[in-house]
Amino acid sequence: MHPAYSVILFTTASGAGYGLLALLGLVGFNHGPASSLWFGAVAIVIALGLITLGLLSSTFHLGRPERAWRAFSQWRSSWLSREGIASVITFVPALLFGALWLGFIAKPQWIGLAGLVTAGMCAVTVFCTAKIYSTLTTIRQWHHKLTVPVYLAFALATGAVLLMAIASVFGLYQIFQAGLAVVALILTLVLKYLYWRQIDAEPRTRTIEAATGLARAGEKVRQWEVPHTAKNFIMNEMGYAVARKHAVKLRRLVMILLLLTILVTVLTMPMPGLAIPLSIIAFLFATAAAAAERWLFFAEAQHVVSLFYGAERA
Amino acid sequence: MTSLPAQVPGQKKLGLVIDLDTCVGCQACATSCKEWNTQGYSAPLNDRNAYGASPEGTWLNRIHGYEVKAAEDEQSRIVHFPRSCLHCEEPACVTVCPTGASYKRAEDGIVLVNPETCIGCKLCSWACPYGAREYDYDDGVMKKCTLCVDRIYNKNFAEEDRIPACVKACPTGARHFGDLGDAESKVSRLVAERQGYDLLPEMGYKPVNKYLPPRKRSNEKLKAASAESEIKSDGKSRVEDFFRWADRLLSR
Repeated sequence: MHPAYSVILFTTASGAGYGLLALLGLVGFNHGPASSLWFGAVAIVIALGLITLGLLSSTFHLGRPERAWRAFSQWRSSWLSREGIASVITFVPALLFGALWLGFIAKPQWIGLAGLVTAGMCAVTVFCTAKIYSTLTTIRQWHHKLTVPVYLAFALATGAVLLMAIASVFGLYQIFQAGLAVVALILTLVLKYLYWRQIDAEPRTRTIEAATGLARAGEKVRQWEVPHTAKNFIMNEMGYAVARKHAVKLRRLVMILLLLTILVTVLTMPMPGLAIPLSIIAFLFATAAAAAERWLFFAEAQHVVSLFYGAERA
Repeated sequence: MTSLPAQVPGQKKLGLVIDLDTCVGCQACATSCKEWNTQGYSAPLNDRNAYGASPEGTWLNRIHGYEVKAAEDEQSRIVHFPRSCLHCEEPACVTVCPTGASYKRAEDGIVLVNPETCIGCKLCSWACPYGAREYDYDDGVMKKCTLCVDRIYNKNFAEEDRIPACVKACPTGARHFGDLGDAESKVSRLVAERQGYDLLPEMGYKPVNKYLPPRKRSNEKLKAASAESEIKSDGKSRVEDFFRWADRLLSR
């Protein structure tokens, strides 16, 4: 599948944003109003900023962005529609939570509930995003039980590292933040590793023979003539194979970046004085890992239609 | 609404039956499809770089060619394979649509895209295993086979012209149009008689369009003939005999 750069930006940026927002919601649930007004304000603005940036960038890959509002209508059947609705609804408890946390609304008793609802909606939105992919039976590498957990884990891990970085900048670094980030990062690494192992081990039963139905007696089928002289939309969109040949190297890169993130995050524990530079470096590594992983997620995905275009298996 | 219409017994299922035995890959169906649809429901069907080195565009029908071969020493068989929307009974392209632009008609099962409300997210093309939907880069919306919905009910046409453009254009009669929901229809009987099949039935999309497999053909004569001429001399040409001797020598 061709990796749409706007979709990669969307899912990595909004993933980190939702992860951060969810954790802030849980912090609010646990602690009540922000002890540091500026930290609270900046963290919420960054979280909502990343989410908004992501949502806006996701409209760039639309052919008719001006009609994007129509995507809120088909929640009964479409995960993309559900994602759109969930992403917009999340702003309501999130803004309410922000107003409560920062004291704009003087009802501190409600902050716990607002934080919890915000965290829940963040999880729901990322879940819907992942469901768009995992429900596509046409793509074996996406139609997989680990697709959703991996999306949720990346959102949580990048959000946790970002939370640590922002807290450090405001002098609010705590070992607990690093610990949470490390746990989320290890979970992400394990899930992604298992995902790769499982998609590699899966039997590739879809063949050009099965797709064309031309090999009833066990013949071999080969593409003899393509239907057009130049690449068409289908070949551009579904036939993308650039990163596939570098898949092993890129997978290694993602895992190394995640391990480096873990290492740098762990280093903040004995060296809290260096928490600011270390946690910012950790966030850069984590973002790079998420972006590379997302790119690979697209590039490694083989669509069934590639069989009609001569792929032996998909 | 992108939820699918409820299925009722005796449901009308308009579709195509494509005979892979008689299709000669002439592209007449593809060109007449393009010609009709660039002025009809899907108008305009874009072309990019139409007179350049690498012309491309949106087409609703694509004709592949496949080589089918049972064994290395066997003559291969070329099968021309038109591929377009199969108007599935369970079209995931419709249910994934976030806007309701994609829909399946309750009255005849035709799957359509409303070009006025499509946002061009392309998710439907990801959900389709058959590559039936193509994105129109100029129009910013998805285009697909309409089963010539603007021909088949067109009262301005003579009765015999109320069929899809591709069916009308096919010079070998390899394309048939009709109601596959009616077991007694001409197309249904053809499918039963020739063991028409679904593409990728295991994916569960339940395509309405059917493909008729190429008829069986004997390869034995071809194989035997070529093997004989390589070994035995016909006693007429000394030069040929020399080559046969060289062939045997070099084959050792």
